[in-house]
Amino acid sequence: MKNINILLADDDDDDRLFFGEALEQLELNISLNWVVNGVDLINYLKQPDTQLPELLFLDLNMPLKGGIECLIEIRKTNYLRNLSVAIYSTSSAEKDIEECLIHGANIYIKKPSDFNVLKSILHKAITINHQYHSSGLSKENFLMVI
Amino acid sequence: MKLVLGYQIHILARKIVEKELGKIGINYKYHNSSQIELLEEIPCSLLHKLKNNLKEYGIHIKETQREQFIQKIKEAVAEIIYCDEYYTYKTSSLISDKLNLSYGYIANAFSEHTLNTLENYIILQKIERAKVMILSNEYTLTEIAYKLNYSSVGHLSNQFKKTTGLTSTSFIKIVKQRNNFLTKAYNNPGS
Repeated sequence: MKNINILLADDDDDDRLFFGEALEQLELNISLNWVVNGVDLINYLKQPDTQLPELLFLDLNMPLKGGIECLIEIRKTNYLRNLSVAIYSTSSAEKDIEECLIHGANIYIKKPSDFNVLKSILHKAITINHQYHSSGLSKENFLMVI
Repeated sequence: MKLVLGYQIHILARKIVEKELGKIGINYKYHNSSQIELLEEIPCSLLHKLKNNLKEYGIHIKETQREQFIQKIKEAVAEIIYCDEYYTYKTSSLISDKLNLSYGYIANAFSEHTLNTLENYIILQKIERAKVMILSNEYTLTEIAYKLNYSSVGHLSNQFKKTTGLTSTSFIKIVKQRNNFLTKAYNNPGS
């Protein structure tokens, strides 16, 4: 199985650690990169030598530039339009979910507190996204709330 | 004046392959002139482009038997999902009939070589088609359920909710607003 590139944008150290450990235990041959705020994220994505990830996990509440702002900027940038974005947030408010999906997020994930739940959620998000990615399915209607 | 040309085929092959892979902008490792390892997943569309570009030089990408088999399974699934007729057999036995192999064997091969189970793949493909039909506004949910061979509208609605996390009503509502936003974003990239 080929390597799957994942990028995580989250300012919370514990959350990043938790995320990384869960990912490692999935045994999916994943390489994870991370950035700690929205400004770093956009800079990273816009570097010419950056290998675009197969899926970006994006936290909503980050310093300097929030998740929604980043999402909008990504969708306005020509070569980032097709990038799969999964919002990774503590909010489960209907309003937040809708706002993210309307602004072009593909997946909305409510951050769970249970480690095993996190593992199964990440597995679902990554495998389904991979299906769109590798089968040439259009991402136009790719919306999912987990 | 006549020129007599001599070729070093392996150098020629390497230059061409490197040039074409460079155009696509993909990380790779050149093992030898008949084997190149791509170091990352590439979308189908890019692979297709690479295939076509190399074809001009008479170079073709050989698919492994395994890939051909997975492709055949996917085609069989698509045929069943897009046939539009209500059938009384289970999808699993239809696939098994089409490929003339046991479903267990097919399903195992599929999940071993993709990240998904065949069952999930079929559900995802069905829901994708349901989404397109729902958004087209041409069909009622009952018609869609019938075309996709669900036993009832309830069954379709449940599977839709389970797969997408959304009801079909909120899906329609969100997609409409999302398309508005995306169209504006594409047309005014700077703002």
